[in-house]
Amino acid sequence: MDQSQLIVEASNGSRRALARLLTLIQQGDQECIDSVLSFSSVKSIGITGPPGVGKSCLTDCLAKIFADKGERIGVLCIDPSSPISGGSLLGDRMRMEQSGVHDRIYVRSVATRNSHGSMPLRLKAMISALSMAGMDRILVETVGVGQTEIGIVSMTDSILLVDGPDRGDIVQAEKAGLLELADVVVVNKGDLPGSEQAAANIRSGLALGPASNVPVLIVSALNRTGINELVEALENIQLRASVEIVKWRHRLSSAIMDELVSNPSFDSTVDDLAEGRISIEQAIQRIIRQ
Amino acid sequence: MGPLRIVVAKPGLDGHDRGAKVVARALRDAGHEVIYTGLRRTPEEIIRIVEDEDASILGLSSLSGAHGFLFPRVCDLLRENGLNDIVVFGGGIIPMADRPDLFSSGVRAIFGPGTPTEEFLHFLNEVKKRRISNEPVGVGFSDGWHWR
Repeated sequence: MDQSQLIVEASNGSRRALARLLTLIQQGDQECIDSVLSFSSVKSIGITGPPGVGKSCLTDCLAKIFADKGERIGVLCIDPSSPISGGSLLGDRMRMEQSGVHDRIYVRSVATRNSHGSMPLRLKAMISALSMAGMDRILVETVGVGQTEIGIVSMTDSILLVDGPDRGDIVQAEKAGLLELADVVVVNKGDLPGSEQAAANIRSGLALGPASNVPVLIVSALNRTGINELVEALENIQLRASVEIVKWRHRLSSAIMDELVSNPSFDSTVDDLAEGRISIEQAIQRIIRQ
Repeated sequence: MGPLRIVVAKPGLDGHDRGAKVVARALRDAGHEVIYTGLRRTPEEIIRIVEDEDASILGLSSLSGAHGFLFPRVCDLLRENGLNDIVVFGGGIIPMADRPDLFSSGVRAIFGPGTPTEEFLHFLNEVKKRRISNEPVGVGFSDGWHWR
C-alpha cells in the first residue's frame, strides 16, 4: 500500500492503516509527515510526572471515561529507548487493562529512539495523524520525568502533572520547573497516607505565584476516586498567556531539534566526533552552517 | 527502516511471566522495540494489540498447559484478521509431544526453559533472511518451515 492510500484509509477509520502510518511517520517518511501535518490537531493532554506515580494507570482510567462518553481517544504512551542498544521495553500496556483493547480507544506505545531527551522525534506529526484518523481527544503519556523536563509542553495543548504522596517536602513544590507549567495537578494514590499533605504542599507552593488558580486534586486511579472531579477540571482548563509563550519557545526549539537529528550528515558527524576527527565547533559548523 | 516491533504476550490464565520478561529484555538489548502486554490476555486482545502497535513479530508465553488451545487460537485469529505476515513464536512449558501440532498451526519456533538468549536472536535473523528472500514465514503462509 502506498502512502496516499494509507492516508485515505487511516482517515476512513482503518486501525491497521493508522498503525502503519504511525510507523512510517516515526521512521521519518516525509510524504506522510507533510500530509498529516496539514490536518489541524484535536485537543491533546500531556500526562506527565515522576516515574512510578501511576501515570499509565491514570491514563487508562481517563481514556476509558472519555471513551464511555462517546469520544474516540488516541493514546500515545512514551517509553525510553536504550541509548546503548537502541532497543526499548514498552511496558505501559501492562497497566492499560481497560483502554488497551477498547473499540473507541487507539493505544500506541512509542519509543523515544534517537531523540535528544524524553520526547520522541515527530511526536507532533503522530498527534496530527491521530487527529486525522478521527480521534476526538489525544492523551500523551510521557516517560517518567524530573523537575526540568518540560518538553511535553511543546507538544500538547494542556498538561496534567501527576505526583504521588510522600514525594518530598514543601521545598520540592517551591522549586522552579514543570510544576509552574501544569494546567492541572493531581496527587495520585490518594488512598495512601500522606496524600493530603502532599496536595497541601503543592497548593501552598503554587499559591504565591501566577499559577495560583491551578487545581490540585487528590485521586486514586486504582480505586477510581476523585476521577470525575479531575475530568471536570480538565474540561475547564484556562490557558495562561505566560505559559503560551513558553510552549511556543519549546515548539520551535523541538522542531529545530527534529530537523537537526534528521539531518543526513548527523550520524556521520557523531562518528567523526567519537573518533576524534573533528571538534564540537567543527561539527556545529558542518550541520548548521553548511 | 526502524527496529523490529515485537509483542510479547501472556495469553490465558497464567500468572508466570519471568520467562516472558527475560525474553523481552533480551530482545530489547538486541535493539528491538518490545511491547509487553502484561498478564492474562485473551487471544482477541492480543490480536488487537498486535494490530494497533504495527508489530511484525508476536511471542506467546504459556506455562499453564493451555498452549494447545491458546496458541492455535491466536494463529487462527491472526489469519482471520488478515494479519498473515506476523511471525509467531512460543515459549514456556511446552512438552515435545505437543510441538508438532503447534508448528502446523502456524507457530514458527518454540523456546523452552534454559534456552540461551542468543537462540531467539538467531531465530529472528533467520526470519529476516526468509523475509528478504520471500520464503514463507508469516502465520498466513505455510511451507512447514519452523526453527529447529
